[in-house]
Amino acid sequence: MRSILPIAAICFAIVTVWYVGAVGLNAKWERDQASRAGVEIGWAEIIPATMSQDRPVLPAPHQVAVEIWKTTVEKRITSKRSLVYHGWITLSATLLGFVMGVGLGILLAVGIVHNRAMDLSVMPWVISSQTVPILAVAPMIIVVLYNVGISGIVAKAAISAYLSFFPVAVGMVKGLRAPDDMQLDLMRTYNASAWQVFWKLRWPSSLPYLFASLKVAIAIALVGAIIGELPTGSQGGFGARMLNGSYYGQVLIIWSALFGAAICAALMVGAIGVAQRAVLGRTGQAR
Amino acid sequence: MTRAGAIVASSLDLVFQTNDGPVHALSNVDLEVAPGEFISFIGPSGCGKTTLLRVIADLEQPTGGTIAVNGMTPREARLNRAYGYVFQAAGLYPWRTIEKNVRLPLEVMGYPAQERAERVSRVLDLVGLGDFGRMFPWQLSGGMQQRASIARALSFDADLLLMDEPFGALDEIVRDHLNEQLLALHARTGKTVCFVTHSIPEAVYLSTKIVVMSPRPGRIIDVIESPLPTERPLDIRESAAFLELAGRVREGLRAGHSYDE
Repeated sequence: MRSILPIAAICFAIVTVWYVGAVGLNAKWERDQASRAGVEIGWAEIIPATMSQDRPVLPAPHQVAVEIWKTTVEKRITSKRSLVYHGWITLSATLLGFVMGVGLGILLAVGIVHNRAMDLSVMPWVISSQTVPILAVAPMIIVVLYNVGISGIVAKAAISAYLSFFPVAVGMVKGLRAPDDMQLDLMRTYNASAWQVFWKLRWPSSLPYLFASLKVAIAIALVGAIIGELPTGSQGGFGARMLNGSYYGQVLIIWSALFGAAICAALMVGAIGVAQRAVLGRTGQAR
Repeated sequence: MTRAGAIVASSLDLVFQTNDGPVHALSNVDLEVAPGEFISFIGPSGCGKTTLLRVIADLEQPTGGTIAVNGMTPREARLNRAYGYVFQAAGLYPWRTIEKNVRLPLEVMGYPAQERAERVSRVLDLVGLGDFGRMFPWQLSGGMQQRASIARALSFDADLLLMDEPFGALDEIVRDHLNEQLLALHARTGKTVCFVTHSIPEAVYLSTKIVVMSPRPGRIIDVIESPLPTERPLDIRESAAFLELAGRVREGLRAGHSYDE
């Protein structure tokens, strides 16, 4: 509970800077309008006006809040103008891609730790896969997958998986190698099989690393799903909302989609934190 | 069973190839340990005492000589789970309760569930941790953790117990206490114990036989049969016989090792 004050202070600072920025960036349009109409206006008129423009350069925080309220609470969730509707489209692709990516990452890590050939050959590819600018490659992936009959949620999930397998693979390689020589020797004195060493020692040792990786993975899985929605002229999702907003100059739509995505990411990372404490807390491994 | 004796080694040699050239860890080691003996290996660091224990446990391979453990090769002995090994650190798994840590070897070795539970509660009582089975390692003191690791080594009832400086990281009061308990345990179970230490009083207090070793190359320079009685209260350490024996061990260590280095 002690953390509330610092968090509130930071939020207050951000909102303040945001308001100042909104006034500064939106003032030009107000002045242009005034000079076109041939009237003189001062800051007293400009400041309130900058906070309620229809198409501001930077919308004020309360405008975004109102927009989010209107598109979530006040819309049926089946409506195409509901942020919840679009949110679920993105979220479902995110979760599917996350599961695929985590599975792939763990499999790669297990292979790398147990197989010397994979250890020497796979890691460079894993790393170089992430140097590819995903924003540029995403349309190609979508098109290629479409041509082999994969489209919609699975195609988007593929991009999520492509991004999210990486932290899991890297973290799990480290985690599966966490047992020290003494712990491995102990299993050897029991004449334990490789399978037993894995399940009774390597896997549980790696869990703290896994949870740390999952938090990164879920956040970039969401980014991946949004990127996957950009090139297709997709029917829905946060990405489609952002793209529509920018086509029609509806800055508020972009910002509300942006915040929707951020809130989703925060909730998912938080959920993983809860799972982490449930699994590791009692054993003193959570920190 | 070709040869009697819990451990029989003759002309044992072990050379590690390192980047700085070969290191002669064991040189021409002859050793015979009878069943039921409590034998200590004592010497300065680098004298090969831990290496010798690891050779017995088949965690290192000798480069020369022969060794038999319970009449088998060390490898066969390991595959037969002929020994329990206690390391310098307790090395309990933090994600398992004490009970489940002690159960680990039994799970690996495929004991049935009921027998596992019986054995776990028996060895936990033996080391005085009967009430702590459901706690996690981090909730226990270092001495209690080390006792749990001894229970873990005892749980599958091997005849041979190999202990590598198990109390080295503990303070002296706890160490005295555990030494006393270990003696009682040895008397009760009749197991053969090989105990690595660098503490003279510890070696003298515990052992029926003390093996004094010296470094570069690691070799045995003296084997001393203890004249002390089996029954050893802690204050035996002030007796003349004890001090004389400790003096002989110190002599041996001094002879084999130049302190100028």
